[in-house]
Amino acid sequence: MQVATFIAYLVAAALFIVGIRRLRAPETARSGNTLATVGMVIALVATVFVANIDEVLSGVQILAGVAVGSVIGAVAAQRVQMTAMPQMVAAFNGVGGATAALVALSEFYQAEALGTHPETLVATIAVLLSVVIGTVSFAGSIIAFTKLQDLALTGSVTFPLQQVVNAIIALVIVGLAVNILAGGILLDPLISLYLILGASILLGVLFVIPIGGADMPIVISLLNSFTGLAAAASGFVLNNYALIISGTLVGASGTVLTREMSSALGRPLRKIIFAGITASATDSGGGDEEDRPVNDVSAGAVGEYLSDEAEKVVIVPGYGLAVAQAQGPMYDLMEALEAQGKEVFFGIHPVAGRMPGHMNVLLTEAGVPYDKLYDLEDINPELEDADAAIIVGANDVVNPAANDPEQDTPISGMPVLEVENAERVIFVKRSLSPGFAGVDNPLFYDTDKTMMLFSDAKQGLQEIVEAVKNG
Amino acid sequence: MGILLAQVAILVVAAFLGFELISRVPSLLHTPLMSATNAIHGIVLVGAVISLAAASDSFTTVIGMVAVVFGAINVVGGFWVTNRMLGMFRPPVKKVKKREQ
Repeated sequence: MQVATFIAYLVAAALFIVGIRRLRAPETARSGNTLATVGMVIALVATVFVANIDEVLSGVQILAGVAVGSVIGAVAAQRVQMTAMPQMVAAFNGVGGATAALVALSEFYQAEALGTHPETLVATIAVLLSVVIGTVSFAGSIIAFTKLQDLALTGSVTFPLQQVVNAIIALVIVGLAVNILAGGILLDPLISLYLILGASILLGVLFVIPIGGADMPIVISLLNSFTGLAAAASGFVLNNYALIISGTLVGASGTVLTREMSSALGRPLRKIIFAGITASATDSGGGDEEDRPVNDVSAGAVGEYLSDEAEKVVIVPGYGLAVAQAQGPMYDLMEALEAQGKEVFFGIHPVAGRMPGHMNVLLTEAGVPYDKLYDLEDINPELEDADAAIIVGANDVVNPAANDPEQDTPISGMPVLEVENAERVIFVKRSLSPGFAGVDNPLFYDTDKTMMLFSDAKQGLQEIVEAVKNG
Repeated sequence: MGILLAQVAILVVAAFLGFELISRVPSLLHTPLMSATNAIHGIVLVGAVISLAAASDSFTTVIGMVAVVFGAINVVGGFWVTNRMLGMFRPPVKKVKKREQ
């Protein structure tokens, strides 16, 4: 490798690191992304000098490929709705995983079938890792995209002996890999690799289909780190430092993010991956609770209370808000209340929305300045002297049952927003249905404190805004 | 062997750096962060370019082409969409001005 290219790769890696660092604060985040983009351009330009582009043809092919991919990527990125961000990330992640697998496949083919590349043990191991991880990430991301886009396979799809089948596929992959490393004693190495490719697609599909909608963000994050690792493995295949450094950075960061998210959900990663709890949990609660009285109010009554008696209001948006596309009316409510001199904050649970931090993006898109978006630790003290907590399309993230040591529920141990500390609790919700985790919320039945406005999030908020303005 | 050791050393250091970098990002920015790191693993496009340049028959050329297209989607789409998202984050100062108007 030429020294100049090596230095360019180091500069690119440094820019990625500084870029990620700047993503820690909203003031610098955008420049961080720009720096990382510059790093990518530097790495790509430098690559042109190490790649053996000795023919005009391959140069044209590279340019054409980059141009086509860039246009597709740019158009998709420009057109996508912010609510569809999780599936967009899943799609970009999937093509990245496929790229890593294809690069490794090509290198192996050239070594095996054409003999144009030297074959070493390390390179072969790296090929295997890159193909398996990259392909699992690709297939898994496609399934995640399909689920999030509501195309098919929504909810948790399970079948008997799922874990056994997964284990068998994994064993087959290991067996074929050993065969390749042993020089193809039982089966031609190239055919073995094609079989590994097929088995990895199957494994990726089976890995993601049992996972239900609300756990999907965690899976995307996990697949993101998989693709990073696949890219790093490709780096070992090609002896390319840019790939090793950047791929590992993403692999490590994705792992941290995945762990943070699953602990915010109060669900160990193992439980999510080895699924099954979603299906059994949904039936608990409910049932005999149905007949308990609730304080069913009109939007007018909510508006009147907010207008006349509340000074400090905390709004807690959840998944239902994004589903109902009610960010606009939510912004209007904030404005209407602030016009009357009231304080308004947003309490955002780490897993509100469809991926971590997604709710923040949706609210900033609606126009809410980010200094009003409080996370879990910061909003709980504010809730203690709040006059009203308005919960829109959420339940699990405000359910005090999560902190009740007497109850063993799927959300036990999950940190929640302590809305019960506010003077009044207002739920805007379509029904009493307990939501994803299936745990009934005792706050629903606290008729002195709680107002229940049964409505679609968008319509309910619009009516409250009207009532506040008129009150 | 020496090269391999150097590569492994780089891998280990990069892994620790990745852990440290991410564990201090506020949840406010988790989605853009996931999207940005997603774009960064598009670095695999570098590998795809090298692979396509070295392609020596039609099979490897086709694979290389597909890889380059996919890699470019990952890079351009990832950075573009992250930039779009972060462009919507409004600083508090602007908001105050708006209210005064």
